[in-house]
Amino acid sequence: MNIACRPTTGVITFANRWDHFLARAGVNRMARRVEPGLYGLGKPTAQTLVVVTANYRLSFDALRAALNGTDAYILVLNTQGINVWCAAGEGTFGTDELVRQVEAAALAEVVNHRVLILPQLGAPGVAAHEVKKRTGFKVEYGPVRAADLPAYLKTRQATPEMRRVRFTLADRMTVALVDILKPLPLMALVAVVLYFLGGPLPALAVILATLAATALFPALLPWLPTREFSTKGFILGGVVALPLALAALGNPPALGWLPLARAAMYLLAVPPAVAYLALLFTGSTTFTSRAGVRREIFAYIPVMAWMFGAGVVLALVVFAAQFWGGRA
Amino acid sequence: MNRVSEINSLQYDAAQCIGCGLCVDVCPHGVFAMNGRLARLVRPAACMECGACQKNCPVGALWVDSGTGCASAMIRAALSGKKEAKPT
Repeated sequence: MNIACRPTTGVITFANRWDHFLARAGVNRMARRVEPGLYGLGKPTAQTLVVVTANYRLSFDALRAALNGTDAYILVLNTQGINVWCAAGEGTFGTDELVRQVEAAALAEVVNHRVLILPQLGAPGVAAHEVKKRTGFKVEYGPVRAADLPAYLKTRQATPEMRRVRFTLADRMTVALVDILKPLPLMALVAVVLYFLGGPLPALAVILATLAATALFPALLPWLPTREFSTKGFILGGVVALPLALAALGNPPALGWLPLARAAMYLLAVPPAVAYLALLFTGSTTFTSRAGVRREIFAYIPVMAWMFGAGVVLALVVFAAQFWGGRA
Repeated sequence: MNRVSEINSLQYDAAQCIGCGLCVDVCPHGVFAMNGRLARLVRPAACMECGACQKNCPVGALWVDSGTGCASAMIRAALSGKKEAKPT
């Protein structure tokens, strides 16, 4: 009775790994989709458990790799190529889509049990009691990570450890990769422009500020003092700006107000730029709440805009002064 | 319902709880624990407002203004005047 069941395996091929890398690097993410519907792993029978996932390549592959060597049905929901947690937040990994796929696969005829095992992070989009009412299937929330699934399936009980979302250094750097790569072309362009306007130090400042915000910030996240992302970013930006400001005091040598203005432009422009990019990292984390992010946006974005604006105006004055005879 | 933390919108009405334990299962930050036959809040400040508990509470004992704590999505929504993505 496997009318609409596609076969799959638990083996991750080289082509899959290349796909994973491209997805992590943010290259045409929307192309990393899996065809939605029912898949059979190994030799599933009418008693075999049904595990549900999203149609994002990384989600589907993490699941089938974890189930390698076992028999399972995998029901893939159409989340438009988005991972389970983000899709659940948007409602596309949701009750309606789950009911639709259960019916489309005629699951009630494929298996003779009535259990669906969902990833825990699908819960923001799925109402278990409603699925039961509409399909007769009982939703069981499995662990957060697919890798814990074999242990979960032995007892059908998740330990508190399996239920908790973490954000380890490896997790942070993996999700940061796309944020590190994306701004590089723009950063290079701005650095070249600043090199011709103001010399090597302003160009270096742009490179250091960008890398500090996109690579160093995620790495140091738990160790930066304060709780808010904006203030953590201001602090990191200040640490980057200070040596630049000190270097700018003496090089190239100039008289009067110019060295001070040069130092001030780094102290004004770099910290808010790093803080802004740091605030954007909230979208990549596993723990920020909307109320918290909203509070930060209202509290700190105006400060960032004014400081950065003042820094840019000061930089233009400094560059102009250097250009028209400020060179002593 | 009672606000349970200063820094998020989570609300819980213990009087309605039937002790099914689903909130404990779905919360990714260990906000809930079972205390006999009732859910109890053990880490209310860790709530990230994902909405999983509200969605899966069969009796409506939990409420949270759910959404994604993502600054770029919120700034984009503010600038374009469109609504932030929200589960329905």
